[in-house]
Amino acid sequence: MVETVLFVIFGLAALFGAITMVWARNPVYSAMGLMLTMFSIAVFYVSNSAHFVAAVQVIIYAGAVMTLFLFVIMLIGVDKAEDRSENLPIQRPLALALIALFGSAVVVAGRLAWTTGVHNPLDPVNGSVEAIGNELFRKWVLPFEVTALLLIVAAAGAIALAFFRDGDDAEVDA
Amino acid sequence: MTVTPGWYMALAAVLFVIGTGGILLRRNALVMFMSVELMLNAVNLTFVAAGRELNVLDGQVAVFFVMVVAAAEVVVGLAIIVAVFRRRQTASVDELSELRG
Repeated sequence: MVETVLFVIFGLAALFGAITMVWARNPVYSAMGLMLTMFSIAVFYVSNSAHFVAAVQVIIYAGAVMTLFLFVIMLIGVDKAEDRSENLPIQRPLALALIALFGSAVVVAGRLAWTTGVHNPLDPVNGSVEAIGNELFRKWVLPFEVTALLLIVAAAGAIALAFFRDGDDAEVDA
Repeated sequence: MTVTPGWYMALAAVLFVIGTGGILLRRNALVMFMSVELMLNAVNLTFVAAGRELNVLDGQVAVFFVMVVAAAEVVVGLAIIVAVFRRRQTASVDELSELRG
């Protein structure tokens, strides 16, 4: 019962946030809508007993990633109203038609019966930090180490992109 | 009515479609990037719901890895957007048409 109420409330909040993100003219409102959606998804993680993932969702996504987005929005200017004229006249109707097609395909696919994987008959899934850590550092330890390399490369790439300013090289045009 | 994992997957599908719509309809690079994040989040929700359905923890581990890759992607993508903005003074993907023949 509690789960149903939570699902309805935060499902509507997630949909509202997502639509706000796509619809809002101001990028700050878009970021706020996305933040609402991410918090709602964190609530769904808790309902699905994925407690560690829910905490990570709030810290990484709603915290770090959205803060980064807001910083970049501030950097490149919030006051600029985006003009919504399309260069390609066919783009918007084509996009709406594609969305409708994709949405109906999802609905059709959702009506089929999907059997994926083996059902584990043991006790229900437990998403505590201990359980995730056991899984991560035993079965998935090599991919875990590779993500460390990935993060280093990403950080170095971001620093390199920010470091070489205009004027350091001859690529400046216009 | 109990909330089965199928309901979460339906909601995630709707969120994914909204994210696709954002990519197709908006021309602001930042908003398009946020739409990508929304699609990643929707897929993460299906992972968790499927893991609950099958009583396995692998879904949550997959979500963990998706989050790490998404964090790396956000860092590089936002750096590229800022670098492009410094040169072109715009974040609209329609105005970045230097490769036009």
